Amino acid sequence: MTELATKPTSSRLIGKPVQRKEGREKVTGAAKYVDDIDFPDMLYGATVRSTVPRGKILGIHFGEGIPWNEFTIVTAKDIPAKNCVALLIEDQPCLADAVVNHPEEAVVLLAHPDKYLLEEARRAVRIEYDPLPAIFTIADSLAKKEIIWGEDNIFKSFLVEKGDAVAALASAEIIFEGEYETGAQEQLYIEPQGMIARASPAEGVAVWGSLQCPYYVHKALKGIFGLPSERIRVVQTETGGGFGGKEEYPSMIAAHAALLSWKSGKPVKIIYDRAEDMAATTKRHPSRTRHRTGLTRDGKLVAMDIDFTIDGGAYVTLSPVVLSRGTIHAAGPYLCPNVRVRSRAVATNMPPHGAFRGFGAPQSVFALERHMDRIAETLGIAPGELRRRNFVHQGDTLAVSQVVRDKTDMDQLMTRAFDLSDYHAKRERFQRTNAGSGAIKRGIGFAAFLHGAGFTGSGEEYLASEAAIEATRDGLVRVLAGSTEMGQGTNTIFTQIAADALGIPADQIEIVQPDTAHVPNSGPTVASRTTMIVGKLVESAAKAIQRQLIESGVLAPGYAPEEFAPACARYIAKSGALKSLVKYKQPSDLHWDDEKYQGDAYGAYGWAVYVAEVSVDTRTAEVRVEDFVAVQDVGTVINPVLAAGQVEGGVAQGIGFALYENIVWQQGRMVNGQMTNYIMPTSMDVPPIRVHFEEVPYERGPAGAKGIGELPLDGTAPAIANAVAHATGIDVRSIPLTPEALAEMLELAHA
Amino acid sequence: MPDAACARKIRVQCEINGAPANFEAYPMARLLDVLREELRLTGTKEGCGEGECGACAVEIDGALVNSCLVPAAHAAGAKIRTIEGIAHGGRLDAVQRAFLAHGGAQCGICTPGMILAAENLLARHPDPTESEIREGLAGNLCRCTGYVKIFESVVAACREAGREP
Amino acid sequence: MRSYLPAYELETPRDLSAALDRLARAPGAWKPFAGGTDLMVLLEAGKLAHKKFLSLWRLPELRGIELTPEHVTLGALTTYTEVRRNGTLAGEFPLLARAAAETGGIATQNRGTLGGNIANASPAADSPPALLVYDAELEIISARGSRRVRYHGFHSGYKKMDLRDDELIRTIRLPRGREGWRQYYRKVGTRRAQAISKVCFAGAARVDAGRVSDLRIALGSVAPTVVRAAETEKVLRGEKLTPAVLRAAQEVLAHEIGPIDDMRSTARYRRRVAQNLLAEFIERLSE
Repeated sequence: MTELATKPTSSRLIGKPVQRKEGREKVTGAAKYVDDIDFPDMLYGATVRSTVPRGKILGIHFGEGIPWNEFTIVTAKDIPAKNCVALLIEDQPCLADAVVNHPEEAVVLLAHPDKYLLEEARRAVRIEYDPLPAIFTIADSLAKKEIIWGEDNIFKSFLVEKGDAVAALASAEIIFEGEYETGAQEQLYIEPQGMIARASPAEGVAVWGSLQCPYYVHKALKGIFGLPSERIRVVQTETGGGFGGKEEYPSMIAAHAALLSWKSGKPVKIIYDRAEDMAATTKRHPSRTRHRTGLTRDGKLVAMDIDFTIDGGAYVTLSPVVLSRGTIHAAGPYLCPNVRVRSRAVATNMPPHGAFRGFGAPQSVFALERHMDRIAETLGIAPGELRRRNFVHQGDTLAVSQVVRDKTDMDQLMTRAFDLSDYHAKRERFQRTNAGSGAIKRGIGFAAFLHGAGFTGSGEEYLASEAAIEATRDGLVRVLAGSTEMGQGTNTIFTQIAADALGIPADQIEIVQPDTAHVPNSGPTVASRTTMIVGKLVESAAKAIQRQLIESGVLAPGYAPEEFAPACARYIAKSGALKSLVKYKQPSDLHWDDEKYQGDAYGAYGWAVYVAEVSVDTRTAEVRVEDFVAVQDVGTVINPVLAAGQVEGGVAQGIGFALYENIVWQQGRMVNGQMTNYIMPTSMDVPPIRVHFEEVPYERGPAGAKGIGELPLDGTAPAIANAVAHATGIDVRSIPLTPEALAEMLELAHA
Repeated sequence: MPDAACARKIRVQCEINGAPANFEAYPMARLLDVLREELRLTGTKEGCGEGECGACAVEIDGALVNSCLVPAAHAAGAKIRTIEGIAHGGRLDAVQRAFLAHGGAQCGICTPGMILAAENLLARHPDPTESEIREGLAGNLCRCTGYVKIFESVVAACREAGREP
Repeated sequence: MRSYLPAYELETPRDLSAALDRLARAPGAWKPFAGGTDLMVLLEAGKLAHKKFLSLWRLPELRGIELTPEHVTLGALTTYTEVRRNGTLAGEFPLLARAAAETGGIATQNRGTLGGNIANASPAADSPPALLVYDAELEIISARGSRRVRYHGFHSGYKKMDLRDDELIRTIRLPRGREGWRQYYRKVGTRRAQAISKVCFAGAARVDAGRVSDLRIALGSVAPTVVRAAETEKVLRGEKLTPAVLRAAQEVLAHEIGPIDDMRSTARYRRRVAQNLLAEFIERLSE
């Protein structure tokens, strides 16, 4: 039976700013993150990493003056089963064996009870290499300057076709081209990565740590230790931020801690310091996008030919999926009868790039929204008007030929965003005042975009996520899901959903700590899927136990909240455990063709228009974001404080992506890996951010909700870039737009 | 060749969260590590180890400092306040309550340092302007919130104390 | 924490003369440790080569701000917070108060000291340009006695200064009497707060009837040491503030500084921005 999930007319908790479930622990310092936890007899672990970008390992030398007999030393040959951190394909070793393929690749692991002596020991290990030629750019990889992976350096490629873009371009009235680039970005969760492991042949492997996806870690450990599922246990500790940076990397650090524990017979804790975390773990994929666009003279899109490349670093890891999302989002919320997207992820000798909120879409959306503004300028059409002439509406098809089901109206979102930001008046006023001689120029710009929620295509079906609810005889309702809380509000959202589904207070809901020994696999906590997909499973499981109680006669329909607990007691006394496990079922009307890369890419999209106002000091080329308006439709807002928090935090990360966060690479190594030198925004760098939700309920989401987490990363940077272009007349093509880069362009413009 | 060990641990007496404390540590040990490891006060966090993120912020004699940059020897005779000393008994104080009510904490890792900074700000400026709030918190990096709800929490905490910001 | 803590000594001398004795007995063996905001970062990174430190933090002889009609004298251990809170400094030496406000954040300002900042000799430090503009003088002491040096010229090269192994900076003295001088300070950093400077410009000038009767200009982050732009000053001293004079001054400034490319910025950017800040300074003087 299809469940109607429109917003309840009298929801008690849905739509309310229910306080964060684990908030008290967080504001008192009682919350326990992995480094707050110690085990008796615990050793500290450290990783010795490669200092060359590519080379054969000739030898490992252990220097003098260190009591090496006190140390546990692990290399590739100590790995019990497969030397591989399994993700999509099995190409990434857990420890480098004969060769290294990027700087900071893990080669040797050390453990010792004294963490200071451990550091001395780490410094005393010298690895000898026979260096091999290495490549560091998309251009060099595509040019096959060196073949460093497979036959042609290409991890994955996609081709999306709708209509006939090549033919349509040939006959288009206007053709417009452009090339755009985005740089790597570090997730910079304030809690660095860390794991504690307790592993032995007798007891199996157990790890505790900072992570987003307990079952990813579980799968990786199975392969490395050759143990069955029940002998591997992964527990998530309170996690201080993830943003995708703790999606796949934790498998690596968990394996390292577990290998040291396995060999030493003691628990081992590995905590990265900030320098190691920045240098060695994943970053957002750098990208290059080329657009060739055909339009009619009045700005209607007739053809989009898009070429999209991302730099995946040295191993495949998640690059195919990042590429997938970037590819599908490359043509945006626009109706275009002819589209071709050719995309590829390429290998370079950098530490593998990985998941970061947005996951490919921020890269391709930056290109698209800058491109659209440039088209508008060239055609003499207002940028907003150009979008309006091309927005998709319900019933139209997107680039992957998906029919838009959402009732969302982008025109309305744009109107609302422009009203809230005073866009038209400011646009005109700034144009006037900028013509004067003052050093400060002002600009206002926007981006219009969408973001698919959930895994692409058949991904959710493949994940087959599960969630469970069980109730105790005291009426305590325990939610069992593998979804993790990392600040985005999982615990609170699940609480609200379950409490409202059962008609009981929030404090009767317990969210069980994600522990693979106790909770089912709800899929990874990524892809803007936790509320929409897993929250729906939680809602269904709650409804299922409610049905069980009512159908068994212990609870009358329309019961009062206080009747719930006694009913649970009666049920359990009579019938045993009160529990329900629900598995995701793919709606039968969603069809995706993996070969042609066409069809229903996502069950639902978030839709948005973001407006940025900037000031540019032409003396220093510093850009300041003065005001920001974020208007979106993400379906029903379950918790307005949490939802706004997601947007505000995402916008701040987007500001960093656009203006401040620049990775300085030397021979494939990040050399500015200190918080002093890798610049994220402080409280003085973030403007007032005004958030508005247009709630168009999504009938398949819990209480009508869709995904929200990644959406803000797609539109923030292009809105800022467009505003800077408006302020200065500079044709911004690449981010981060550092003052140094902008200064060069300003100088050229005035030469 | 690794460094030779020649320092001796020192014994330090101080006051932490209103109670006498004493510990033994190498003189250059970071106060952050002493708090977390010797004294098991794990509320104070390490985010960067370079005095940049403020997650390790505590108060020493009423002054906000980054404990990752304070050597243990400098704690001698000092009155130190950490996040564990903010609540009164089991009762949360105004800033903590405001953070809960207004969403000032997301992942929570910056929260102890942020709350210390907010407390310190309000002690110095009971009616802070928005610019004073931004400046007072500028040494505490948050990656989750974009600072918006942190400001709202601080403003609310002022209001609760009966004064308009 | 990448350093081997058992190798690091930090001793607390009971008073200044005990500290000086220690330094004198084995010159170079012990180095001073003030607030630790620079040294502890190096310790964490495993880059603190020196192992024996003398903690000056509590020595009262190195604290305090004294006023006489001619001078403001700051103890070497004056923190940035103390600088910001001092009314006389705010009124008469606003560039120093500005520099202190832009150094790190509140937590750094509570522990960072002027003396420590000078002795650390980072070319990107925020206070030295203000100190140069104010013709600061250092009092340097040792077991052998004390001497005074002008801060201008104290740094002879990158991290090289006129301070011997047995010496400490005791005070920083600023001559008063700059009423009527127009003052300008601008630090261009990597962001609005908690930023390392890419270019830092401090300037003060006395303008009489549209002519610059006297001025001082100093810059940070554009050379291996803080720079007193004396040649640039010469171009402007005694002149009316015309566009031609500004252009000539900018030309000279471009050659008087020696910015580099580093992980934070480029030489080109620094040079261009230094010139633009000079223009902004001149503009302010003309208002």
